[in-house]
Amino acid sequence: MTKSVRKNTEQYLHLYKQMVRIRTFEENANQLYLNAKMPGLTHMYIGQEAVAVGICEALDSTDRITSTHRGHGHCLAKGAEFKQMFCELLGKAEGYCRGKGGSMHIADQDNGNLGANAIVGGSMGIATGAALSAKLLGTKAVAVCFFGDGATAQGLWYEVMNMAALWQLPVIYACENNGYSEYTPTSEIAAGSLKARAEAFGIESHKVDGQDVLAVHALTQGLVNRLRNGEGPFFIELETYRYHGHHVGDINRSYYRTKDEETAWQKDRDPITNFGRWLEEQDIASSEELSEIISGIHAEAEEAVRYAIDAPYPNHDEVDTHVFAGVKHALPYISGDSNGS
Amino acid sequence: MDREITHSQAVNEAIAEEMRRDSTVILLGEDVAEAGTPFKVLSGLVEEFGTERVIDTPIAEPGFMGIAVGAAMTGMRPIVDIMFGDFLFLIMDQLCNQAAKTHYMSGGKLNVPLVVRTNLGATRRSAAQHSQSLHALVAHIPGLKVALPATPYEAKGLLKTAIRDDNPVVIFEDKLSYQMKGNVPEEEYLIEFGQANLLREGNDVTLIGTSSMVQTCVAASDLLAEKGISAEVLDPRTIVPLDERAILESVRKTSRAVVVDEGHQNYGITAEIAARISEKAFYHLDAPVIRLGAMDVPVPFSPALEDLTVPTPELVAEKALSICRGELVHDA
Ligand SMILES: Cc1ncc(C[n+]2csc(CCOP(=O)(O)OP(=O)(O)O)c2C)c(N)n1
Ligand SMILES: [Mg+2]
Repeated sequence: MTKSVRKNTEQYLHLYKQMVRIRTFEENANQLYLNAKMPGLTHMYIGQEAVAVGICEALDSTDRITSTHRGHGHCLAKGAEFKQMFCELLGKAEGYCRGKGGSMHIADQDNGNLGANAIVGGSMGIATGAALSAKLLGTKAVAVCFFGDGATAQGLWYEVMNMAALWQLPVIYACENNGYSEYTPTSEIAAGSLKARAEAFGIESHKVDGQDVLAVHALTQGLVNRLRNGEGPFFIELETYRYHGHHVGDINRSYYRTKDEETAWQKDRDPITNFGRWLEEQDIASSEELSEIISGIHAEAEEAVRYAIDAPYPNHDEVDTHVFAGVKHALPYISGDSNGS
Repeated sequence: MDREITHSQAVNEAIAEEMRRDSTVILLGEDVAEAGTPFKVLSGLVEEFGTERVIDTPIAEPGFMGIAVGAAMTGMRPIVDIMFGDFLFLIMDQLCNQAAKTHYMSGGKLNVPLVVRTNLGATRRSAAQHSQSLHALVAHIPGLKVALPATPYEAKGLLKTAIRDDNPVVIFEDKLSYQMKGNVPEEEYLIEFGQANLLREGNDVTLIGTSSMVQTCVAASDLLAEKGISAEVLDPRTIVPLDERAILESVRKTSRAVVVDEGHQNYGITAEIAARISEKAFYHLDAPVIRLGAMDVPVPFSPALEDLTVPTPELVAEKALSICRGELVHDA
């Protein structure tokens, strides 16, 4: 692991906690699905925790991220709370989006999360636009665009990379290469090298082990500092793996990937296990302390799940609110009632 | 011989039969091969026809749609799989500016025989970007034909017709109905475009329903029967072309109409059909024509809200009843 990160006990433990929070959240979300308590489907982030945490820990809450259909990890890493997230997953009024968005649209503006996105590649323009506004407004904020290997097939990425490079925008394109785009290996959907594609626009590009939280964090921290000084954009390809299926219902996976492959990643390259071991080796935490962290987070998650299950659904009259900014109810408004009251 | 198969099997059979019959028919889309799509509708096709004709694409909808247009202009008959109707927005230029207009702009010299297979329908708790019913959007563009099968029988017959058509056809399947079973003959058959299906005969009101709303109208007619109202139920099956004759004939008989469709109500299919009735059967009407579309809001995720946005049998029956009883339906 990289030693370049300042040896800061508290920060190391925070990185660990954040990864455990994501895994715990996802395990509970999966359970809610299996118990038929969660409406719809969701995409598990388990296995990729070091990517979201390593990157988001290098950001301030005023920095912006855009996320994907596999977005719970990004949302938590950027500072979201369990309760409002579980409420959103269950379509409850206290959710981050008042139940209107659900798993694939979770957003948390207060922490700079502009939202998950159910359109693959759909957020690439948004992240680049957030970088443009940061530059024009002189805020020094940066933007990180999370997307998967599959999303690199979308033409939009090439359009916005071109403009981001021409206009030197403070944005990092962070490609989480988990080896698969739905049920297809990346090698079958991506020609050539992803890194070379960004480099073709003159964008400085990096490839990093996405299971190594310190490596991800150190790389990102360096790039963020440079973005704040007017450099950029940058591209990072993070090598990672999703342990679960493409979505919670994708159980029989043997036709597209082997059990051995899944086990090998979980056994040898688990970001949480490996980082925990390193923390112990460095005498930063004992295994008892780590277990305590884990059980504390488990308890917090269980309480949040209970809370969300009991929480009320939105009132029926919310169905046509938030369609237009500045309009209370859309239905009267579109029929000509000017204030939509 | 009749037998029961699912909507999804019906689609699969239609494609397999047409691919056997015509070697220029090819299939393009995300995870259409080994995975057989996330809905598993296309399972088995790659085993029979190989990866040359059942082509897995990267997630590049505008790209593979454009490739399909070019291939269609030069001898192939592509079927393009757009996994969710919502992703139509990504292919709009290739579909509406290119495919739809090529025959016309070339003075009839070039054809674009391709099919876009996609879906519609909410209430799967999939939120605003995976639940839209966008058929009105493409129906608005001259040059595109639009089919809306409501049963396995229609899914197969309309898709086979679409594949043989020399024009771009967009066919929307109701994604909630993939596992729904229905009678489908073993023998080959086609369903001609522009031929409405009369599901129920009645005298008091015509319920015109499309796609997912056909069963809603049938259920509404049962509710109405309990109240002594005899409702006719009509499914246009294609909206471009639209079987205007059948619609007008029915409304001239019943004098009342409720039009039900899962697209948004504003500027939607219901508005188009209602306008044609008002224009061409006005003097036969005893009541205003009622439109019922999806509520004009993005589809919300929360079940508590989502269920409010789609017309139900109860709502259709209530509206039909109110016009049959001559109650004032306008508050202004
Ligand atoms: C425009 C668009 N096309 C297709 C889909 C369906 N879809 C959802 S996720 C996905 C695969 C995405 O793969 P990748 O970008 O590698 O992300 P991962 O799921 O691996 O995190 C696909 C094809 C979609 N949501 N949006
Ligand atoms: Mg992937």
